[in-house]
Amino acid sequence: MRTTNGMKALAVARKELRQIVRDRRTLVILLVLPVFFLLLYGYALNWDIRHVRIAVDDRDHSAESRSLVSAFVNSGYFDLAAAADDRTIRTLLDRSEVRAILIIPSGLGRAVRTARPIAVQVLLNGDNANTATTVMSYALTIVRSESARYQPTAAQPLVSVEPRIWYNPELRSTLFLVPGLIAYITMITAVVSTALSIVREKERGTMEQVRMAPIDAGPFVVGKTIPYFAISLVSALGIVIAAMALFGMPMRGSWLVLLLALSLFLIGALGIGLFISSVADTQQVAFQAAMLASFLPTFMLSGFIFPISSMPPFLQVVTYAVPARYFLRALRAIVLKGTGIETVWQDLAALVGFGLAVLTLAAVRLRRQWS
Amino acid sequence: MSAISVHDLTRRFGDFVAVDRLTFEVREGEIFGFLGSNGAGKSTAIRMMCGLLKPSGGTATVGGIDVGRDPEGVKRRIGYMSQRFSLYERLTVDQNIRFFAGIYGLRRDRLETRRRFVLEMSGLQSREHVRAADLAGGWRQRLGLGCAILHEPPIVFLDEPTGGVDPVSRREFWRLIDGLSARGVTVLVTTHYLDEAEHCHRVAIIHGGRLAALGTTAELKRAFHGRTIIEVHAGRPVDAMRLLDDMPDVEKTSVFGTAVHAVVSMKPGEAARTIRERLEGGGVAVTRLGPVEPSLEDVFLDVAERATQ
Ligand SMILES: Nc1ncnc2c1ncn2[C@@H]1O[C@H](COP(=O)(O)OP(=O)(O)OP(=O)(O)O)[C@@H](O)[C@H]1O
Ligand SMILES: [Mg+2]
Repeated sequence: MRTTNGMKALAVARKELRQIVRDRRTLVILLVLPVFFLLLYGYALNWDIRHVRIAVDDRDHSAESRSLVSAFVNSGYFDLAAAADDRTIRTLLDRSEVRAILIIPSGLGRAVRTARPIAVQVLLNGDNANTATTVMSYALTIVRSESARYQPTAAQPLVSVEPRIWYNPELRSTLFLVPGLIAYITMITAVVSTALSIVREKERGTMEQVRMAPIDAGPFVVGKTIPYFAISLVSALGIVIAAMALFGMPMRGSWLVLLLALSLFLIGALGIGLFISSVADTQQVAFQAAMLASFLPTFMLSGFIFPISSMPPFLQVVTYAVPARYFLRALRAIVLKGTGIETVWQDLAALVGFGLAVLTLAAVRLRRQWS
Repeated sequence: MSAISVHDLTRRFGDFVAVDRLTFEVREGEIFGFLGSNGAGKSTAIRMMCGLLKPSGGTATVGGIDVGRDPEGVKRRIGYMSQRFSLYERLTVDQNIRFFAGIYGLRRDRLETRRRFVLEMSGLQSREHVRAADLAGGWRQRLGLGCAILHEPPIVFLDEPTGGVDPVSRREFWRLIDGLSARGVTVLVTTHYLDEAEHCHRVAIIHGGRLAALGTTAELKRAFHGRTIIEVHAGRPVDAMRLLDDMPDVEKTSVFGTAVHAVVSMKPGEAARTIRERLEGGGVAVTRLGPVEPSLEDVFLDVAERATQ
């Protein structure tokens, strides 16, 4: 009985794979689109930034302070947009009139002349973390080279920068975002393709013909999801490799652990797709539900863009039901920190739990519809 | 023993009764026709007999198994071809056959024998690697039938298998049905084509979810007993019909091509004479006039009309 079920599942898997291969559109969605998305989002986040509007609050009014300001302007990265003072600093940033404010403390000239270390302040709008990081590094370079003019050999630069980042003090970097993109793209393609593949059979009437055969819902569903699992896994690995090649994402951990994390995450995603296919009767409804179920939580509630710790308590509770939350943490740990299974096992266990729960739910519903 | 035995089978969708206390038996090896207008409840009844839809009431026993108790057992013994073409259009003929053989659990040897049989039966040998989407209507239906009988079921349900298919292909298809029946397979088939009903051993006319008539086509026609159908070819058929409708002995009239059929509660000779006198008296020139055998269409319309009243 077991071998028969296995054979039937295999027949379904083979059929599904043939259909996918013959269907250019599905293949493109599964294999090409993810990498394309990565490029699109990745470069959008990492755009070379020029002409950053900056305001200057010069409290020193010395030759040295004026020289620092012209260094900023002459670099080509900054446009002097306004002069700031104590009262206007907040409104300038709040209204996004400028991205950054350079505050030169009084005494800069004297400090430089007497070779006493001093710090200038740079206030940054951190709502777009990537821009902020880039702008910060420009500011650092400029101030360092200015400082070197006065004291070329110092171990510690004479003039240092004291950055203050508003709105997003943790300043999440591109590297920090790429794993989020991987989770996000994998989730969407896996959920959408699984949900559509089953609902399509309902819509076209082939489901009814299949239900007449002595095949249980179990082997049918397993057979249908195997190809999507395999293709999604390949696609996810493709994104990881593309992220390494294009965005310099490191891969410090073990590929085996990464593969495990990806697989567990995918099983949950396929489970969501299956569940949607048990609820929806038309491809249109299935597509919308799949987008909603994968897009929103993965984008908003996983810690991808918004840190979970700064969410309202109610939403923080909701994030426990979002698989991307665990996957993202595990992925960042594996890829960026190189931690092994001993640190990420809790997140992986949570993914197993989520997968089991959603698969059970989907199986119960599909089986009820089957007979 | 009957191949199919249906008792008081009922299905409601909300307040609407789609199938209403249907009761009949189908003998082994019989070709049993389901006739009825759109929405009569034929597909709903078939889907209940196949175990795809739960009845609201009544029982259906198929191949000796109660569908309500063991739908899976029934599924193993029957073949079903749904009203819509429901094979995988992107797959080739061969891939479709292999897929269905796979989910029916056919092992290698049997798969090969059955695959060859189906290809030969449907005449699709040279089209094995054509995508199902590219097959013409008649071929598709034959492939559908082939995939439905891969596991050699003794009972086959065909829901409007010849819908939208040209006359030559229809005749081809019915040869296949006759062939199945000759090998002892029981076939329950729905159709809108009355000429196809003549191929059936017995027909059931379904109207408004109810069984309106049941029997061989000859028996159904005999239901006209004691009444006569007079076919009238007249110069002005509309006037002829008006005159006929006014006669007390004429039950009803209907248009058949260029002729008018009048159902008369009289013996044939007397009926013909009375009608001719009335028409000519009314100034309508009669070209030809005489009693005819009721066609199945006469029967169908008559049954439908009486069931509505
Ligand atoms: N799932 C359903 N929900 C609600 N009503 C339904 C459902 N299925 C069928 N019906 C209704 O039941 C009636 C009978 O439908 P059915 O498909 O059985 O008719 P049919 O005799 O097969 O017609 P056709 O010749 O057009 O195929 C129709 O009025 C149909 O609208
Ligand atoms: Mg129908």
